[in-house]
Amino acid sequence: MPAPTHLSAGDIEELGRELDRIRAEVLASRGENDARYIRRVIALQRGLEVGGRAVMFAAALPPAWLAGTAMLSLAKILENMEIGHNVLHGQWDWMRDPDIHSTTWEWDSAAPASQWKYSHNFVHHTYTNVLGRDRDLGYSILRVTPEQPWNPVYLAQPLYNLGLAATFEWGIALFDVELDKAFRGEKAWGDTLGQLGEAVRKAGRQGLKDYVVFPLLAGPAFLPVLLGNLAANITRNIWAHAIIFCGHFPEGTSTFTEEEIEGESRGEWYLRQLLGSANISGPAVLHLLSGNLSHQIEHHLFPDLPSNRYAQIAPRVRALCERFELPYTTGSLPRQTARVWKRICRLALPGPSRRMTAETSPERVLTARAA
Amino acid sequence: MLGTRALFGAVAASMASPLRPDDYWAMVNPLWSRRRLSGRVEAVSPETSDTSTVVVRPGLGWRGGLAGQHIEVGVGIDGVWYRRPFSLSSPPRRPDGLISITVKARPGGLVSRNIVHALAPGRTIRIGHPAGRFVLPEDLPARLLFVTAGSGITPVMAMLRDLAESRRMPDVLLVHSARDASEVIFGEELRRLAVRFPSLRLHEHHTCPGGRRQPRLTMAALAAVCTDLPERMAWVCGPPGLVDDAEAYWRAGGIADRLLTERFHPAVRPGSAPGGPAGQRSGEGQVSPGGQTGVGRRKGRSGDGGRVRFVRSGREITVTGGTTLLAAGEDAGVALPSGCRMGICYSCLVPLASGRVRDLRTGEEHGVPGDLIQTCVSAAGGDVDIDL
Repeated sequence: MPAPTHLSAGDIEELGRELDRIRAEVLASRGENDARYIRRVIALQRGLEVGGRAVMFAAALPPAWLAGTAMLSLAKILENMEIGHNVLHGQWDWMRDPDIHSTTWEWDSAAPASQWKYSHNFVHHTYTNVLGRDRDLGYSILRVTPEQPWNPVYLAQPLYNLGLAATFEWGIALFDVELDKAFRGEKAWGDTLGQLGEAVRKAGRQGLKDYVVFPLLAGPAFLPVLLGNLAANITRNIWAHAIIFCGHFPEGTSTFTEEEIEGESRGEWYLRQLLGSANISGPAVLHLLSGNLSHQIEHHLFPDLPSNRYAQIAPRVRALCERFELPYTTGSLPRQTARVWKRICRLALPGPSRRMTAETSPERVLTARAA
Repeated sequence: MLGTRALFGAVAASMASPLRPDDYWAMVNPLWSRRRLSGRVEAVSPETSDTSTVVVRPGLGWRGGLAGQHIEVGVGIDGVWYRRPFSLSSPPRRPDGLISITVKARPGGLVSRNIVHALAPGRTIRIGHPAGRFVLPEDLPARLLFVTAGSGITPVMAMLRDLAESRRMPDVLLVHSARDASEVIFGEELRRLAVRFPSLRLHEHHTCPGGRRQPRLTMAALAAVCTDLPERMAWVCGPPGLVDDAEAYWRAGGIADRLLTERFHPAVRPGSAPGGPAGQRSGEGQVSPGGQTGVGRRKGRSGDGGRVRFVRSGREITVTGGTTLLAAGEDAGVALPSGCRMGICYSCLVPLASGRVRDLRTGEEHGVPGDLIQTCVSAAGGDVDIDL
């Protein structure tokens, strides 16, 4: 890969060894405190969900509707972000608890866990930010890097990115089925339709729960409960969309080509994860609600380390970045969100040429600094 | 009525989706889970210097079992669940509904030591349903022989308690081997039972009375104590040496059909690095159900690679210590799941049936049967069986 030119092959291997050391230290120190952490988050999430749905049954009173919807939104956010995403990564497999395990977990999202694990754990995390390989790079519908050829359709992308935010879980479910690949003949229709059926059944179960069963049980509060559940789902979708887009698409993150990752070493893989990810700074509650994807850099370096440890190793990763003169992209949620939207709006238009973007690309900055 | 119940179940299932209603009950009280059976420790009382009885209140899903059977017990140690089989020492129908296991702490045994020394009343453990064929037949034979050594007494204790409760003690001879009188697990209770029931004869064989080493229990010594051995239905439970001897002896006598065995195997596995991640410590003395052979010594030093066998497909291949299990499987023509091939995506998890594996990233050796192994970054640490 085109490493920042100031780093020698030896530097990159040294960076890899340092990161391996951090990983090994965390592995060796996993224990009861970590286990208690995830069990508590799960208990909190289930408490919030049960409480939120119960409170919403009194939805004739507007404050109850608001409180119930807020609790349920929080529960859904925790369920997807800090619990589901991380359990499905195998971050908690080491506990050997069959109830909190990547192979048995199913989450409250339209996408079936098995399909998500393939598209996310494997495709996205292995080929992070590689054009043509990482399907998360724009999710096949957005232009998020100037290397993607422009098409008039992208003129509307600020608009349909808003739509994607509101319907994110459905978008992801559809995206995981890879209909586009089937149309291009890269994937068998039999497999694709089988997956589509599975996704429809999964999404149907979640839809039935939120839009039929609970509203019916609420009796006279049918409509408020239905709307509350809808609001909670949309809130969760917008939140997940915001966090995930801030992880890879703000200004300052890099993308790569397939040729660049040819014969990549472990050190180079680490480097690509570093350059392709961005953190969000903020209080502890932000880290919790983002599923610690606010430590996207640490997560991409070590996708299977327990999420509660990312905050702990973040200063060391950052220190390594300083030592090797590498960018460590981070910023507050409003700032990073603004940078994402700026990029999406800019890239809705043709261009810019490679030269223009290079001004802000880390490689160029580093080369300049090294020179 | 059935329709109402089914409807109720379907509504509850839908309300809990993608979880199950049971997952919510278990949050309130783990004992309410029928799917993931748990128990609450009521008491831990010492039997001998290194052995304790743990009395447990089983959760709602408990179905009971037969005297002599064993259960899987799961304890959480440093955040990791460890499961080991232990014989029940309680009779099947205790009036208070409690069950007990009696565990000997073995040197280096992570789980057994934790149970004996660290488990306290109030803790929740996971339990399985009773299993095993080391039980009394429904039609009780007229004469019975029990031969036990050390903690091999536990399943037999459950049977004796069952017989004592039913007040129909047949002609029973119990030959038990222990270091000395004080090391006989349940010693006092056994001696009391022998006084209470004239038809129950207890013979204690001490291998180290007063600190003097004596010969261990041989079949010749057993035959001398039990003159009508061929006429008795026999149960033998203890360390592998004793059980092996007994099986050979009964087979030689042409009466192997009158013998039931259960063996304890101190399955200390090679190459466990101290201070490694959890789950990489040595195994335990544990029950090997139904007279099956337990984990034996493995050929080949750790790190040398070895024979990789795919149990279900019957395919096998011999590989070096640098070959991933994924590559080994593919070379052997087994369709293994795979993804990133670098240990990050967890798509390649397959269950380990036996043996140890080495994480090629860290060099650490680990694995107990049932563990899910990342085949793309694991190599064989000796002979390995994959449950696929």
